[in-house]
Amino acid sequence: MRQQAAVAAKVFIQRDYTNGTVCQFQTKFPSELETRLDKQQFEETVRTLNNLYAEAEKLGSQSYIEGCLACLTAYTVFLCMETHYEKVLKKITKYIQEQNDKIYAPRGLLLTDPIERGLRVIEVTIFEDRSLTR
Amino acid sequence: MMKNCEYQQIDPRALSVSPASAPQSPAETTAQRSRRKWEVFPGRNRFFCDGRIILASQSGVLPLTLGLIVVTCGLFFAFDCPFLVEHLTAFIPVIAAVLFVFVVISLLRTSFTDPGILPRATPDEAADIEKQIDTSGSSTYRPPPRTKEILINQQVVKLKYCFTCKMFRPPRTSHCSLCDNCVERFDHHCPWVGNCVGKRNYRFFYSFIISLSFLTSFIFGCVITHITLRSQAGKSLVQAVQESPASVVELVICFFSIWSILGLSGFHTYLVASNLTTNEDIKGSWSSKRGAEESGNPHSYNSIITNCCATLCGPMPPSLIDRRGVLPPDEAISAASASEIELPLFTAKNDAHMCTQSTKDVLERMVHSSDFHGLCPPGTPKTTPLGLDDSGTPAPSAEPSPSAGCSQQRGRQSVAAPCLALSRSSKRDSMHSINPAFRLASPSPSLSRTSFILGEAPDISFIPLP
Repeated sequence: MRQQAAVAAKVFIQRDYTNGTVCQFQTKFPSELETRLDKQQFEETVRTLNNLYAEAEKLGSQSYIEGCLACLTAYTVFLCMETHYEKVLKKITKYIQEQNDKIYAPRGLLLTDPIERGLRVIEVTIFEDRSLTR
Repeated sequence: MMKNCEYQQIDPRALSVSPASAPQSPAETTAQRSRRKWEVFPGRNRFFCDGRIILASQSGVLPLTLGLIVVTCGLFFAFDCPFLVEHLTAFIPVIAAVLFVFVVISLLRTSFTDPGILPRATPDEAADIEKQIDTSGSSTYRPPPRTKEILINQQVVKLKYCFTCKMFRPPRTSHCSLCDNCVERFDHHCPWVGNCVGKRNYRFFYSFIISLSFLTSFIFGCVITHITLRSQAGKSLVQAVQESPASVVELVICFFSIWSILGLSGFHTYLVASNLTTNEDIKGSWSSKRGAEESGNPHSYNSIITNCCATLCGPMPPSLIDRRGVLPPDEAISAASASEIELPLFTAKNDAHMCTQSTKDVLERMVHSSDFHGLCPPGTPKTTPLGLDDSGTPAPSAEPSPSAGCSQQRGRQSVAAPCLALSRSSKRDSMHSINPAFRLASPSPSLSRTSFILGEAPDISFIPLP
């Protein structure tokens, strides 16, 4: 028997630009989630996401080699190879799914992968608490 | 019964293709044609190859650029190379060919790559931003303020609100009026290339102009050498030119191109070294306008090499607009037909964690969950339409099904005034939720009203029940 889950509200966690244009999200705990989620848990999730995005955009030797190789092959190498950024994005999607499974879904919450929102926000959908219906 | 309410993971992507329950009519499923997101893209872009290639709305003078390059190189290979190969070395056409290929590939990559377009804010996001702005000051409705100040690397930067995309633009993002898109790290809209130059295609643009400078200089030098060699073999200059008229054409083209291309290359080399964009340089965003106040570029790494590496060899960010993604079927369908998304509910597992923990309450909820279907407006077993979309297309979500839940609570008499107020307005909203036309509009005021109403719902859920 499948039942419906109604969306009660959506919370948007905005980007944090204090370190420039790198993709980081604010770790401030939104008040709407206070009743549903532990502050530490939330901050842990956002902090891990921030670290993953930092890893994707890191200016290290690997990204330089990839960039130079791409330039030398007139950028045709990207037709067959996946960029480092894309690899990390896949990791992030997996992490979010895992977090949804383990922590957020049991509390009636759903994290939307920021890439689906143009890396602007982390959308947290709050589902109606079933204990409402009596 | 508990087994049936087992938790199922929600995957937003799967929602669009998840099989709906029995009540959905077969006519609706066959009528759903899967559409890709590029077909409903709001900006002024053109797409080819089923969304793989993106171009600006006007191709500008791209055909002219390509034409000039191809014609000049063609003339060079046809008329100058035979002479030069004979008198100098065979490497000349090889070098020219390599440069030519590089130039054309860079040009095409610049033109056909998404420059870093930011997808527009979903209606929920836009409503959330408007709500935040409204609550932070005046009580009456006024248009969102145009700027927001933030700190970047200890420097105050103003973020502007984009009325078209309905969001505060990230730093270094600008809205291109020609393409009607917000583009990240917006440099400029280049008519020669027929596209905006932004974060994702700046390195292609830079390699295009650098390689083009080399190509034009090389051809210019070779043609001069050719004419010089011809006139040295006992003939006059005029005679030499008469023998090879194509060379004059090439000379003229190259002469005028070199000034502009070399100048542009030099300018962009300076921009790359100081991690600036053309937009910022022209506007003087980081120059100290306010006299003694120091306002350097907060995005610069303060090292030329790092700036160059970061801009040109940095990691390649992905396209944010997901052109080839498939639209969830409910948005692909026109307003006339009614389609609904059904979500599995995480009741059993949820409730164990929720505040009400007595088994009595769990059993009561199981009983009432079956009642819920009966109360679902307008009395059909269909689920309330939901708009859990993951694309940029307008679709209101937050359908007020707590309305039904609240009407149940009203009967319990355990919750008084707040619930009464809710149910009154929720009746109105439940009428809205049936109408499919409402779902596809983007009603900002009513959405904020709805979210205001729903904002109270969580409070009610935690009033302890007797």
